[in-house]
Amino acid sequence: MESFVHVVILSMLVTTAIAIVRVKDLFAVTMLAGIYGLLSASFFVLMDAHDVAFTEAAVGAGISTLLVLTTLSMTGRFEKASVKPQTDYRPVLALVLVTVTGALLIYGTQDMPGFGTADAPVQTHVVPRYLNDSATEIGIPNVVASILASYRGYDTFGEVVVIFTAGIGVLAMIMSNTTKMPVVQTALMSDHVVLRIVSKMLIPLIMMFALYVQFHGEYGPGGGFQAGVIFASAFILYAMLFGLTAARKVVNNTLVQLLSALGVLLYGSVGVVAMINGGNFLDYNFLSDDPVAGQMLGILLVELGVGITVASVMIIIFFTFTARSQKEGEGD
Amino acid sequence: MSIVATYLSWALLVLGGLLCISGSVGLLRFPDFYTRMHAASVTDTLATGMILAGLMLQAPTWIVLGKLFMILVFVLLTGPTAGHALAKAALHSGLKPLLPGKSGVLEADNKPSGGV
Repeated sequence: MESFVHVVILSMLVTTAIAIVRVKDLFAVTMLAGIYGLLSASFFVLMDAHDVAFTEAAVGAGISTLLVLTTLSMTGRFEKASVKPQTDYRPVLALVLVTVTGALLIYGTQDMPGFGTADAPVQTHVVPRYLNDSATEIGIPNVVASILASYRGYDTFGEVVVIFTAGIGVLAMIMSNTTKMPVVQTALMSDHVVLRIVSKMLIPLIMMFALYVQFHGEYGPGGGFQAGVIFASAFILYAMLFGLTAARKVVNNTLVQLLSALGVLLYGSVGVVAMINGGNFLDYNFLSDDPVAGQMLGILLVELGVGITVASVMIIIFFTFTARSQKEGEGD
Repeated sequence: MSIVATYLSWALLVLGGLLCISGSVGLLRFPDFYTRMHAASVTDTLATGMILAGLMLQAPTWIVLGKLFMILVFVLLTGPTAGHALAKAALHSGLKPLLPGKSGVLEADNKPSGGV
């Protein structure tokens, strides 16, 4: 029965992927990509990977759909049909390349251990250590959070820096003089009274849920990445319904940019403090006299840093995109 | 008591599932955008509510019950709102609902709408 559900969801994934390639309407493609994210999230839940499913649902189905839609409002809804067939357009070469790469990848999987076999490295290498000892070493119930924030804290630090870099990249590419934008702006959906009222009711709940996800990440699925995305989506919802100018009054540009750096700084500082106390970089055992208390403190601070950076970068990207599209709208 | 709760819960779950299916059939079979959206949003809200109510009857602890209740409130708020936003957007962009014409056959209303 369970494998039947797996087969159904995986076939739906493949169908959605093919539909994404075939459909020309970019709006429909965006929605299909959101469905793809939701289907992958369901599949991750079936595989008992709840933290990954949570992230995929928040990022893949949620905020990336939103950001792509904002981009679409700048670029237009349909793919441009090429005016004349280009001479250097050779789909056959690309097809051969993709086929060969795919065949090599499938050939490579032959060397991998079968799914769920007992002697696979995933069952024998570090995972038993994590599962058996993390409760005494780290002291928090959610092993995923211990691995992500403590055992693999350095990797997660890299991920946060990647997100921060993405924010900087967006700012560097399209922030051209957004600071002196005209103040006269109509909200995107100013006449939607029902939407405004319902979202006013929901925004505090969304923020509260984000905080719950943030600080409950040590006990259940959740953590800084998911919480940051959810927190940012509350601001994005506000900006969509009440206009960018109103949203800028709540969070101004400079503050968000500072916060996005502050999160990374907080994460790195925790590592440096551990070094000053005589440990390795990001070795939370040295943050406190009691190693377990140090671990819990370290994970809390590190997750907070992740949450702050992710939320600020998402807000920066959305605000920059929207400001740009509204400016171009005025130029038309 | 617990037997009654179990049967009631399963009745709600099955009914909710049937509503989901009927909503999907309506989504595929109804003639125009507004009726299709009606099928999707109305049945989905009701079906999700029934399924959540069925699950709440089986909740092992109060925490689970509370979480399910909050999801129910959230769905009851967002589902109709999403339907409303969709319909309004469609009406704004000039999509006319199908109405019975003189011969009783459904046709697009070509009169200019009286403003929204």
